[in-house]
Amino acid sequence: MIHLPYLVAAWLFLVGLYGIVTSRNLVHAVTCLSVVQSSTYILLLAVGFERGGTAPIFLDVPVGTKAVDPVVGALTLTDIVVGATVSALLLALAVQVYKHHGTLDPERFRSRED
Amino acid sequence: MTPSLRRRVFLAAAVVAGGLLLWGLTGLPDYGVYQGPYGDVLNAVAVGERKATNVVAAVTFDYRGVDTMGEEYILFAAVVGVAIVLRAQRGETEQPPDEDAADRRAPGTSNAVRVLGLALLGPVVLFGIYVVAHGHLSPGGGFQGGVLLATGALLVYLSGEYVTLRRVRPVALIDLAESSGAAGYVAIGLLGLAAGGTFLENVLPLGQPGALLSAGTMPLINLAVGLEVAAGFVLLISEFLEQTLVVRRPGEVT
Amino acid sequence: MIVLEVVVFLLVAAGGTAVVLTRDPLNQAIVASFYGLILGIMFLVFQAPDVALSQITVGAVALPLMIVLALAKVRALAGGRKEDGE
Repeated sequence: MIHLPYLVAAWLFLVGLYGIVTSRNLVHAVTCLSVVQSSTYILLLAVGFERGGTAPIFLDVPVGTKAVDPVVGALTLTDIVVGATVSALLLALAVQVYKHHGTLDPERFRSRED
Repeated sequence: MTPSLRRRVFLAAAVVAGGLLLWGLTGLPDYGVYQGPYGDVLNAVAVGERKATNVVAAVTFDYRGVDTMGEEYILFAAVVGVAIVLRAQRGETEQPPDEDAADRRAPGTSNAVRVLGLALLGPVVLFGIYVVAHGHLSPGGGFQGGVLLATGALLVYLSGEYVTLRRVRPVALIDLAESSGAAGYVAIGLLGLAAGGTFLENVLPLGQPGALLSAGTMPLINLAVGLEVAAGFVLLISEFLEQTLVVRRPGEVT
Repeated sequence: MIVLEVVVFLLVAAGGTAVVLTRDPLNQAIVASFYGLILGIMFLVFQAPDVALSQITVGAVALPLMIVLALAKVRALAGGRKEDGE
């Protein structure tokens, strides 16, 4: 039970990779990539968690209250926004692939390479 | 490589990788017992040093400001990439929107959706500006507030007024906003250099913790990042929307 | 508190699996939006409100929107190809 978040992060990583490997649609693969990225957020935040701590925002609590680690929160929140933008770039590339090859299926796309 | 063979190879590799991951991850310190000193030091020191009550924002925009600058430029590059990738085809296949195709006409938006969409537009934009402006005080900041502002554009599309918006063509304005947001970050960094310190040093007056104008350069950086993220997402959404041939317009629900 | 954490972790694991196992991209966008919301709740349980705000706006709104728009563009292109007689 004490290792549950790490197990969940490893499980999501492998499940997302499975989705990308066995995908029959490029847009489906991009969404599975976002699942893989979310596993890293869970790992980061689990490392920085302090049981009994509050959020590291001292607007209404006095400085010195036990709080969770702010560094991993800073890393994660920029990562979420940037990851979505990179997924948008991948979606644009998938649309281009459809324009050139007429299919979003990686299997048929590979066999039409000539 | 057939799909079933690929699946079996992957499952074999996943078992090995999963085993290694479990072995490594269970060797970490127990979940819930925070070991490292860096977080505790920051929590104790940040409010006094930087006069910002949101320590996460202080880490993002002040202590590790260079990393955030790099992340912002990843965002900028991705938006430019989408614009280039989706614009290259527009020269050759410039078709007028096929609004008369009977099988592709979307039902016109109902009046309830229009009213709700346009009525929510003001509060959403206001909330986005609030989140951007109060990034150094309460949860929020440039990234979150920027995305909130971009959803205002989504509301305009959903309520069927996108045709009107397109006719006004604020694309140049959005390009300007995004570039000035990205350049503004570097400009604030150069401010630190000009004042005799290091790049991105916090050189403006720090003020009192809890006041809106506090924490030196942090509100300015929040503003630049919020502008850039909002304009970037609006550009992304409009790039995809420009290419779809179905345009929602206000009308009767068929 | 422990029970809440365990329940949220299991929901996240189940949500991620559901996103991967949904093969149709349009259905997957809806499931991904719901998964983004569950992740946001988990980040709140982790006492990280900034991260939760970021995740809810991006993962539950912006990302499914872009997926649906890409799919709409592909469908429009498919309609164009059918008209060209391919």
